[in-house]
Amino acid sequence: MNLSLSITKNIHDWLFSMMPETVASLTEMTLIATVYLAVFAVTGLFLVLLERKVAAWFQLRLGPNRVGPWGLLQTMADALKLVSKELTGTVNADKFLYNLAPYFVIITALMALAVLPFSGEFQAFDINIGIFFLIAISSIGVIGILLAGWSSNNKFALIGAMRSGVQTISYELSVGLSLLTVILITGTLQLSEIVEVQRNGWLIVQGHIPAMFAFMIYMISGTAETNRAPFDLVEAESELGAGFHTEYSGMKFAYFFLAEFINMFIIASIATTIFFGAWLSPFGITESLPWLGVFWFLGKTLVLVFLMMWFRWTFPRLRIDQLLTLEWKYLLPLNLMNIVLMAIIVWLNLTIQF
Amino acid sequence: MTNEALQNLISTWVPDFISSKLEFTEEESQFLNITVQPADLHKLLARLKSNSKTNFDYLFCLSGVDWGVELGVVYHLESTTHNHMIVVKVKTEDRDAPVFDSVHDIWKTAEFHECEAFDFFGVQFNNHPNLRRLFLTEDWDGFPLRKDYVDDINMIVK
Amino acid sequence: METSTINNNFKSEEYFINMGPQHPATHGVLRLLLTIDGETIKNVEPDLGYIHRSIEKMCERDSYQQIVHLTDRMDYLSSNINNEAVCLAVENALQIEVPDRVKVIRTIIAELTRIASHNLWWGVMGMDVGALTTYFYAFRDREMINDIFEETCGARLTMNYNVPGGLMFDIHPNFVKRVKEFIAHFKTKLPEYDTLLTNNVIFQKRMRGVGLLSKEDAISYGASGPVGRGSGYSCDVRKIHPYSALDKVTFNEALRTDGDSFARYEVRIQEMWESISIIEQLIDNIPEGDYKVETNAVIKLPKGEFYQKVETARGELGVYIISTGTKNPYRLKFRSPGFSNLSLLNHIAVGGKIGDLVASMATLDLVIPDIDR
Repeated sequence: MNLSLSITKNIHDWLFSMMPETVASLTEMTLIATVYLAVFAVTGLFLVLLERKVAAWFQLRLGPNRVGPWGLLQTMADALKLVSKELTGTVNADKFLYNLAPYFVIITALMALAVLPFSGEFQAFDINIGIFFLIAISSIGVIGILLAGWSSNNKFALIGAMRSGVQTISYELSVGLSLLTVILITGTLQLSEIVEVQRNGWLIVQGHIPAMFAFMIYMISGTAETNRAPFDLVEAESELGAGFHTEYSGMKFAYFFLAEFINMFIIASIATTIFFGAWLSPFGITESLPWLGVFWFLGKTLVLVFLMMWFRWTFPRLRIDQLLTLEWKYLLPLNLMNIVLMAIIVWLNLTIQF
Repeated sequence: MTNEALQNLISTWVPDFISSKLEFTEEESQFLNITVQPADLHKLLARLKSNSKTNFDYLFCLSGVDWGVELGVVYHLESTTHNHMIVVKVKTEDRDAPVFDSVHDIWKTAEFHECEAFDFFGVQFNNHPNLRRLFLTEDWDGFPLRKDYVDDINMIVK
Repeated sequence: METSTINNNFKSEEYFINMGPQHPATHGVLRLLLTIDGETIKNVEPDLGYIHRSIEKMCERDSYQQIVHLTDRMDYLSSNINNEAVCLAVENALQIEVPDRVKVIRTIIAELTRIASHNLWWGVMGMDVGALTTYFYAFRDREMINDIFEETCGARLTMNYNVPGGLMFDIHPNFVKRVKEFIAHFKTKLPEYDTLLTNNVIFQKRMRGVGLLSKEDAISYGASGPVGRGSGYSCDVRKIHPYSALDKVTFNEALRTDGDSFARYEVRIQEMWESISIIEQLIDNIPEGDYKVETNAVIKLPKGEFYQKVETARGELGVYIISTGTKNPYRLKFRSPGFSNLSLLNHIAVGGKIGDLVASMATLDLVIPDIDR
């Protein structure tokens, strides 16, 4: 990515030459934030359309294909519609919390986007606690959902929010532990270092059996984290109307809606980074063209996103007690045993290295 | 059991009833019809179910009927083991406060059907757990399926 | 809404939720008053009448041919079978013997209607438990049946093809060919239904052991159709009181003994296979002859009481006619299967969770216009 490296370096130098240091760094940060907002918006738009097309493909019909070629402008039209809607609110709702709740979910999604390694140079924030930061950020999103349900002053919304809170807190354990299993091989939490370690082979191959288990547990827990089917009784349309976001309309509803898709993208990206080598090509076939890294990353992420969508349109829904039983009685003990197994394998140097 | 055998068996029970009156008829119907007095209704139906030779354990139709002068209820019973069917009818001439005994303790399906009969005919049932208007709203005036029901707005009479 | 019984026993931890009348899971305009404690259900009270059209009162004023039109709108998913019930009652009362051709065609159309109704039930069942794709697969096959009906009977939902005395017109020349094509196509699709939903672990966990109904309770509550047969109660009217051409065909009665939602589900899937088998036995040998027997323009039943039972897709439909010899019935009562099946909802839902209520209600296969009449 020598081209982009020189562009970013040029912009950086130009800014610092023009203004005093603090102002320049602030401007630089705002610029990067704007770029990421644009990435966020475009990704959200694209993912919503992808979901509709994939759903249509499973259901033996065509998806949206009128607005723009292959329906590409459909989500834009939907966004325009949502922006122009009246922001209704209930009379007895707690105004401050009601307005605050969507921002929690949106801001955490954006913060998580910042640390993802799209490519060798295309990473906004390369801190040394990368994975830890990501897991911590996703925990904050729960607050948004609980606030939304509570402040709507609506029995159904409250039930939905409570269910969601319980579900998310339980499955965060599994997400964290399954990621931890793989960190045992890399020995570092920093995302760019994790990708460097994978030059010797993707971590899912290096860790063979326990890494496969960790990946499967991660996919199940990740789907549950984002409240997607088969764990979507939070928004179970056929049971309770619309769950915790019943009382939201217009732009605020759009925040929740987009945040769900971005969360799905983030879960898939983390899986790509940790298990499948982020922007590295398999067996290093395109190492000479480093700018292909972004496409490898996006390609792998999209495959995992497709997998999550496949789950949604095939499986029925789990009941709340079955969901919690799955986590606490099956996934958690499996996870713990998996960590021990991985620790033994790393200690005995049984990992597969290329 | 054939209709004749049923009639013979049930006739032997007549002395046990308060009114000692049961009318049997087979004309104008494919089943044996028994007309019973309201005081003996519950006893007869309970015995029809519990007696192992008759064993009428399936109440498949409970209809209210406005016979013109009287109001009545018609019970269609069937036995799942012997595969015979019978009809029991009960009538009362009191159109202002018709009351019969509820049979929901014999067949649980009677609970809903008796609510329907109450809703459309105004027939009250003793010992019913939750007698309420099922189809019409709570404040509806009158009982629509009675022959003397008049409603200029909702009814179109040819 | 009468709340006297509910308020008397109200405890402070329980609260009241209203499901419906507009609700995606109640299959029509049904209002359920739930008293729940957390996620567990303490009481279910149905509130009916949102689509009550006083069909029974209208029948006292209409002629018998007009009454057949009204029966379409009761249980609109098995409209052909409802029409057949009234036509058979009138024909038995007048002691008319319809030609064999009519009987065979009536049975074929009734079984096709049963398959169409069970198809729609399967699609909606999947949607209720969360598998949103089943709806489209079910409708793909149901559309084929609707196209056959459109060609022969003239309509897709409220067919009105049976008249007292026979059929309204003869079958279309393409009928036999299209039915055979449909049977061949559907036999490859029905195993797909099993792969997609029946054998799915999540689905089985949602349905096994949920909504238990014992055989004695099934008989006492008057459950009929697949609801009764899922509990081991052998109640198929086609076997006990055969009508039309049903005594000429051999088929198995779908029975399960578990009494839970999964048993009722399996009964309906097996019924679809049995319906296919019945159609296959009849489609090649439709006897030649007239398609109707002429009746008077004004039909007057003799004085007396007549009862006819048929097996619709929901269960046992009964038509009870009290006639005084005039051209309108004195009293006509429809014993609808959904009404008795709904009465056991409180019994099977109490103690379970809201998700179980939705799953059990889907297996009861209620069509609210059938209950409200």
